[in-house]
Amino acid sequence: MKAIENWIQKTKPNFEKGGKYEKWLPIYESFETFLHVPGNVTLKGSHVRDAIDLKRALIIVIFALVPALLFGMYNVGSLYYTSIGQDYTMWCALGYGFLKVLPLIVVSYVVGLGIEFTFCYIRGHEISEGYLVSGLIIPMIVPVDIPLWELAIAVAFAVIIGKEAFGGTGMNIVNPALLARAFLFFAYPGNMSGSSVWVHSSDVATVDGFSGETILGQLNAGTPVDAIHSVGANSQLSVCDLFVGNYAGCVGETSVIAILIGAVILLYTGIASYRIMLSVFAGGFLMGLAMNAIAPEGNMVMNFPAFQHLLIGGFAFGAVFMATDPVTAAQTNVGKWIYGFLIGAFAILIRCLNPAYPEGMMLAILLMNVFAPLIDHMVVQANIKRRLKRAKVTNA
Amino acid sequence: MAEEKESLFSKNNLKLLTGPLSSSNPITVQVLGICSALAVTAKVESAIVMALAVTIVVGVANMAISLLRNTIPNRIRIIVQLLVVATLVIMVDQILKAFSYGVSKQLSVYVGLIITNCIVMGRMEAFGLANKPWPSLLDGLGNGLGYGMILVIIAVVRELFGAGTITLPGIGELQIIPQGLYECGYENNGFFLMPPMALIIVAVIIWIQRSRNKDLIKK
Repeated sequence: MKAIENWIQKTKPNFEKGGKYEKWLPIYESFETFLHVPGNVTLKGSHVRDAIDLKRALIIVIFALVPALLFGMYNVGSLYYTSIGQDYTMWCALGYGFLKVLPLIVVSYVVGLGIEFTFCYIRGHEISEGYLVSGLIIPMIVPVDIPLWELAIAVAFAVIIGKEAFGGTGMNIVNPALLARAFLFFAYPGNMSGSSVWVHSSDVATVDGFSGETILGQLNAGTPVDAIHSVGANSQLSVCDLFVGNYAGCVGETSVIAILIGAVILLYTGIASYRIMLSVFAGGFLMGLAMNAIAPEGNMVMNFPAFQHLLIGGFAFGAVFMATDPVTAAQTNVGKWIYGFLIGAFAILIRCLNPAYPEGMMLAILLMNVFAPLIDHMVVQANIKRRLKRAKVTNA
Repeated sequence: MAEEKESLFSKNNLKLLTGPLSSSNPITVQVLGICSALAVTAKVESAIVMALAVTIVVGVANMAISLLRNTIPNRIRIIVQLLVVATLVIMVDQILKAFSYGVSKQLSVYVGLIITNCIVMGRMEAFGLANKPWPSLLDGLGNGLGYGMILVIIAVVRELFGAGTITLPGIGELQIIPQGLYECGYENNGFFLMPPMALIIVAVIIWIQRSRNKDLIKK
């Protein structure tokens, strides 16, 4: 530790104003602050400083993502071995999944951070690590077999159009990770939906009774509610199995247990808003009940029990990790309840009433991202009006 | 009054023609005519035809209004302008239907909607009503070309990445992206064929233009 500090002391002058590598300061600084909390002293204004800065906060989110990521890797391997009818151990499945998911993570980080560094270099901004979290979320919300070059284009699109065009980290209107997913969804629908993309396939023939359809896909295809199954034959899923999440889907979205571990970390450290998380689930649940009440016979998605709606697809993952993104969410406390509730409600509404988009969570969050500033504005205006009224009453 | 005689292609007149191509472009700077830029740019062919149609209509309409400018009562000038534009648009529409029915089908309602293209009315109000016929013609043509230039750029990008082809009028569809690339796993990007992508491309063009020409930012 001391050695690193000494080394920083020695090399820093080269990068400061007038130094040899003045132009590289933003990049140098980002590595410096990555290793150490900088010893800056506040000179004016508020003197309250918290040891937790953007970097520390983002690292906590990454820790929170790890359980879901590890389970996602295990799930990829496990489903693959099931699909070819081979026995496997847990480590075997995890290792196989790791090798399949790692390229996605590497591509996402290399492309995204490369673009971010380039922009910071051109603009002379300090590099902020906003992409660290998006870069890990993106591989977790795509099918495992997505071609890497398509992922690279989507990441580039999300970072340039979704983030840098608005001024970089903290200025974006919509969640960059979801923007990347939406781009893939509309640009290459063949690789983002259907029944053949969710489980890694190879040249080995699949076993009899194999189906790579997600649960939402099964419901849309008319599978009865009590007959939803994982990929193998005779693999009916109970509610408990839905919590565990060993079924086909995007890499990190299936296991509710792993996601809830992440949620506990985020809530305990205060990084994510409990208001948003709770209200997303509440909104989804109530909309699910409403859909159950009006569901016609034979529409399996609408007849699916409201509680279980929260366990399948990307609902839990979106609620915990993406709706709570502090940059794109509503800022006022009342606004957060409204924002979260509408995300949950819209997600289930899209799921049930628009079969063209089997998963509504992505579009619901993106839509509410756009409306978040408006919600905040309404909340603030309502507050001002209420207080003005009170002032008038007391004056009169 | 001995007015100084200006040559037909003097510096000032040429500026009317070239200005709209760059620093006063109707789409990227004045932000006019966006709707048709989203609607007709999925194929290069339709973009080129649309660009020509708008250029002719704006140029001729601008000149016609300029010729009439001293006789049009101010109160009813909009209706006179509409009449002139409508006549021209109907002529363009009929010519398209007669000589290239396929393209006319493709452009469908958007030929008729040239009437409502803000560039046309905008130029007549801002320029034709106050200037002589010759500069008005140049101004109209310049704005039409500036509009068309952006349209064609958007269309090339969209068709190239969205369908892998470039369709030129009179020549037909050319496969630009080689078949070998598709065999290596390349796929057309369906997003580029959707209208929202045209908006994003316009935004990127504006971004590039403003970062090259800083004067535009302060406006």
